[in-house]
Amino acid sequence: MDINFIIAAIMTVVGISTPILLAGLGELVVEKAGVLNLGVEGMMLLGAIAGFAVTVYTGSPWLGVVGAGVAGALGGMFFGLFVLGLNSNQVATGLALTIFGTGLSSLIGLSFVGRIVAPFSSIFPPELARDPLLKVIFGYSPIVYFALIMVAVVAWFLKSTRAGLILRAVGENDLSAHSIGYSVVGVRFLAIAFGGAMAGIGGAYFSMVITPMWAERMTAGRGWIALALVVFAGWRSGRLAVGAYFFGLLMALELYAKAAGFSILPSQFWAAMPYLMTVVVLALISMRDRAGSNAPACLGRPFIPAT
Amino acid sequence: MAILNRRNFIQAAGAAAAALPLVGSKAFGAEKVKVGFIFLGPIGDYGWTWAHNKGREQVVAELGDQVEAVYVENVPEDASAVPLIRDLANQGCKLIFTTSYGYMDQTLQVASEFPDVKFEHCTGFKRADNVSTYNSKFHEGRAVLGTISGMMSKTGTLGYLGSFKVPEVVLGVNAYALSAQKKNPDAKVKLVMIDSWFDPPKEAAATETLVNLGCDIVTTHTDSPAALQILEQKGLHGFGQGADMSSFAPNAHLTAIEDIWGPYYVERVKALLDGSWASSDTWDGMTEGTVIISPYNKDVPADVAAEADKIQAGYKDGTFDIFTGPIYDTEGTLRVKEGEVMSLGDLAVIDWFVKGVESAS
Repeated sequence: MDINFIIAAIMTVVGISTPILLAGLGELVVEKAGVLNLGVEGMMLLGAIAGFAVTVYTGSPWLGVVGAGVAGALGGMFFGLFVLGLNSNQVATGLALTIFGTGLSSLIGLSFVGRIVAPFSSIFPPELARDPLLKVIFGYSPIVYFALIMVAVVAWFLKSTRAGLILRAVGENDLSAHSIGYSVVGVRFLAIAFGGAMAGIGGAYFSMVITPMWAERMTAGRGWIALALVVFAGWRSGRLAVGAYFFGLLMALELYAKAAGFSILPSQFWAAMPYLMTVVVLALISMRDRAGSNAPACLGRPFIPAT
Repeated sequence: MAILNRRNFIQAAGAAAAALPLVGSKAFGAEKVKVGFIFLGPIGDYGWTWAHNKGREQVVAELGDQVEAVYVENVPEDASAVPLIRDLANQGCKLIFTTSYGYMDQTLQVASEFPDVKFEHCTGFKRADNVSTYNSKFHEGRAVLGTISGMMSKTGTLGYLGSFKVPEVVLGVNAYALSAQKKNPDAKVKLVMIDSWFDPPKEAAATETLVNLGCDIVTTHTDSPAALQILEQKGLHGFGQGADMSSFAPNAHLTAIEDIWGPYYVERVKALLDGSWASSDTWDGMTEGTVIISPYNKDVPADVAAEADKIQAGYKDGTFDIFTGPIYDTEGTLRVKEGEVMSLGDLAVIDWFVKGVESAS
């Protein structure tokens, strides 16, 4: 097994992991603010078609990424209007957002079927990006580095900034945060928009980097893996990054095992692995004394202040 | 056949949340005869379902004054297909095409509830008085792709991106491997089943994996152009599936197997209209024009193109069949004796791979 083989395998894992890392980071912030948005898959698809469409029209993948973020954020804000403005059930509204995003992206995408754009690949000089060894560091789309930077940014924001503290307070105890004068609805709305933008950019990774084309439902369920990932990570961004790459490694291992001609476990088992791991982690969390202490206390509960 | 009814977690979650399929077109005239189509993927997949929808459009184009053709897309291959097929029957469809192997038992079930409605199940083998089966000899096309691959591959290691271990895919893999080995006796085929017909990210990752394991040509039996795009980026070669996909990968796309369903659909709908419809089993191929090969890429050398054309001509005039013995399976057991040709009945239920196929299934 030579070094080139390992490098190629690593690059495959990074490709699988990056979209779920982005979407997972966004959802982590949303959930930290006390909102459960099950619409990740829908927002990813909106981002995927928007990123592709903007790139087709402007020729600029950078604008495409911005467009993907905006589209995802708009999808999130649409969700926010219902769950924050009308206190609708978050689970049902999130599922509705997934259905809506799937349908709307398919509709917009009709005129983009069969078209391609140049892949949004590495912006480093070719001698770095194409070097057989150095490409393992420099050979990725800018979105990959953006995702890693955002891991640090989200960790720093939640842990060390006043705004992050407020966001967590809103997620832990919305009534208390409200009573000392913070805008629960405002904070949550911004968090949802951020989550949508991240999911959108994650979706754009599919339509602009891995396979620079549009196909209906091309995210093929990765939004649900991102949701599982947030729980798997115990609502910590560092662990979320590790988890995303771990999930990516599992999926790549499945493919390598099959291509090498042996199967350790039935393939259905591999496909279920991220969810099984999540259940195991949940069980471990709840066995500890500080049972699930990192889960936001107000997660999924509507905010209804006493009048 | 448990593998077909499997619902992995993604699909289960997706089915709950996203896969509420929509009926594609609305009723206009009341006097028109209604026919329905159950589609596996989105009509925009540019592959399998796209090709079936082209066939549906041909029915509308030729018989649109008498017939209305509705469809449901993104129908899962599990129990949830039953209410969707039933719904088409309840809407008044007189003939319903279910266009994937995984709808086999569901089609039979609904057909038993609606004896007056005719059903046509694609690629299956179970029939009833009101259920026909129809299929296309895609493996004839695979023999052409295998011939090209055997001659053009430098490593002799070929990749095959499969979906599920169903006869159609097994036939494709075997025809591909046998044809490649006729040109390069040492050719090996690495097979990866991704447990889905349509999952572009996984198709892409599987293609990268196959390439990393030494494959320089990868053929796909899944429905998106994802693999071709990866091959294009890596400067390698592959083939389109179901439709000419050269627009997605102008350099990587050597040729494609195109599925032409329109003439069959038109014929069957006409039979419904004039009352001559009867349960039947149709398995057409290159001879009837239901499988055609797209124009070759300019990178295909003339001698390779000539050999590929020979295979096509042989199928069209009935002088060639890749499933002619001797054929050994992966264990080295002689499955088909020298000079024997596998019968259509044996092909329809094949579940073993030929020598030189490396797979986990």
